[in-house]
Amino acid sequence: MSVHVGEAASALPFPEAAKKLVANSQLRRNVRHATNVIRTKRGRVIAEMDDWEQLRDSGKAIKDHTLAHLDEYLLQFEAACTKAGGQVHWARDADEANRIIVDLVKRYGSDEVIKVKTMTSDETRLNVALEAAGITPFETDLADLIVQLGEDKPSHIVVPALHRNRMEIRELFMKKMGLDSLGYQPEDIAAAARNYLRERFLRVKVGISGANYLIAETGSVVVVESEGNGRMCLTLPDVLISIVGVEKVIPRFEDLEVFLQLLPRSATGERMNPYNSIWTGVTPGDGPQAFHIVLLDNGRTKVLADPESRETLDCIRCGACLNACPVYRQTGGHAYGSVYAGPIGAILTPQLQSMEHSQTLPYASSLCGACYEVCPVKINIPEILIHLRTKVVDSGHAPLAERLAMKGAAFAMSKASRLSLAHAFARLGQWPFNDDGKLDNLPGLLAGWTEFRDLDAIPSQSFREWWSKR
Amino acid sequence: MVVQAMSAREAVLASIRAAQGGPADQSIPRLYSASVDLSPAEVVEQFADRLHDYNATVHHATVAAIPATIAAILATRQKTGLLIPSGLPPEWLPVGYTFRRDEGLSYADLDASQGVLTACDVAIALTGTIVIAHSPAQGRRALTLVPDYHLCVVRLSQLVATVPEGMRRMAALLPAPLTTISGPSATSDIEMIRVKGVHGPRTLEVILVE
Repeated sequence: MSVHVGEAASALPFPEAAKKLVANSQLRRNVRHATNVIRTKRGRVIAEMDDWEQLRDSGKAIKDHTLAHLDEYLLQFEAACTKAGGQVHWARDADEANRIIVDLVKRYGSDEVIKVKTMTSDETRLNVALEAAGITPFETDLADLIVQLGEDKPSHIVVPALHRNRMEIRELFMKKMGLDSLGYQPEDIAAAARNYLRERFLRVKVGISGANYLIAETGSVVVVESEGNGRMCLTLPDVLISIVGVEKVIPRFEDLEVFLQLLPRSATGERMNPYNSIWTGVTPGDGPQAFHIVLLDNGRTKVLADPESRETLDCIRCGACLNACPVYRQTGGHAYGSVYAGPIGAILTPQLQSMEHSQTLPYASSLCGACYEVCPVKINIPEILIHLRTKVVDSGHAPLAERLAMKGAAFAMSKASRLSLAHAFARLGQWPFNDDGKLDNLPGLLAGWTEFRDLDAIPSQSFREWWSKR
Repeated sequence: MVVQAMSAREAVLASIRAAQGGPADQSIPRLYSASVDLSPAEVVEQFADRLHDYNATVHHATVAAIPATIAAILATRQKTGLLIPSGLPPEWLPVGYTFRRDEGLSYADLDASQGVLTACDVAIALTGTIVIAHSPAQGRRALTLVPDYHLCVVRLSQLVATVPEGMRRMAALLPAPLTTISGPSATSDIEMIRVKGVHGPRTLEVILVE
């Protein structure tokens, strides 16, 4: 077994990566602008739904119910999909999934594939595996194309290139597409992508997709998208291969009515995204005549095994928690070192890797709770962050300062007299750093905390002292 | 003795079963609105309004006026004809224009066409959505995807108010492939500015038939 989540295992610790990124003011501006736009649109279309809370409750309950019966629903999906002409494969980890897909593409005799946005394939690093086997993958989602041509990494779940502005994209397209001229408007840039990809859509014989939902009852697969590149990849090739995490199954077709309302409003602030494709196996005379689906574990069953945090698998990848997160809005997505950024990435990435890597991610949060508030399936991200911090501390991987601080706090708080003594010492110790009631640039272990923020100074008298003198 | 390696399928299912367990299953609440309190006229108005929002052009017509409406639209758009699926009602077609049936056209033919005329299966007012089940009057999926222009006839009997109502009707159409269309293709990937029209038909026009 070799679970890997993109290149997260070798990524820089979050504080180091973040420090570099927050220094890039252009990037911060781009991220702030994009997240502001989505937040505003989202707020507007959610306010017009009287039953939004009821939809969230249903979405949460459907996902939790599914996880409690995951084996049954996967087997039901497998049977229904197979009956409809699909071929179901299972993969324990990223490498196994990549191997299955590379073998299939070769078996069908193609040396190129068209791909519609699939984060799961970024997680398995499928493109690297395809290229190593001499197969050229063409990303077709506009943002993914920007990331691929720029040899960049995605920085947002829904809008992977939101860290790039139009000037950067225009320059990139002119260089990589060999264009002599290109307009400055987003319309011009989108038209260039259309021209660049059209011939490939009509020519390439193998399509690769992810999926938003698998329906156990009917064996159907659902892809939610906007540009029509998804429909192209799902419809025009002779062969379609979908790679899907095992947690994406839902029990009934009826359940889709909940998610088709929650997802577009939460993700892009639209009442409905332009296109949804729902297909069931193979349809004679319409679309690919061979359909393969790879059901991927890659650490998901490890997440499922922890009752305290398994609801992480409820995630429908809307990205609302990224847009709401004050930390993400400052650092952007690359600081998380994973294909899954933001609050959901901070809990998903380390768990998929059995908490053996990415241990700084559970600390990439101020626990303000904004992510929980916006989550369409009510994942209690702050609580899971705290749970994972405990796991990091227990495993001995926590930063030294944190472990000492935890021990010190336990010692001081276990007896009132010690706490009073600690207060007295702290007041004595803070005077060189006390700048009008704010502490800044503290030394030693506390330097990290006060490097970018000020701390209120400890007042001359504690509540306990004031109370005892009354 | 040969020990058979566990297949990936058995291994994944085994780790799911080992991981499960916890509180007893709770029932799934479904307290969201399956319907809304709108008059039929209000539902039609909302549907047209949503389509306008998506930049789709909307026309109203009676059954008898379908051919004349199509003729007028084609004249305005300076088109001489469109592709049609094999099962499209022939009485909809105006004279004086060329309508080519999709009987195994190549992708290049679809790409070079002036557009496509189809019916639909379901429409949802609240979200301005048209659902196509790729039955004979809608054609295979490629037919409403590759051409750059899509003219779609929606009958009011096909229109429902909410997503749950639409889903009930869609369930009855399975296992046919279903495509839901809410406005022309779009992207907001560049500075979050909505660009209408990327890879799917860049222009969507709808005739609402009483």
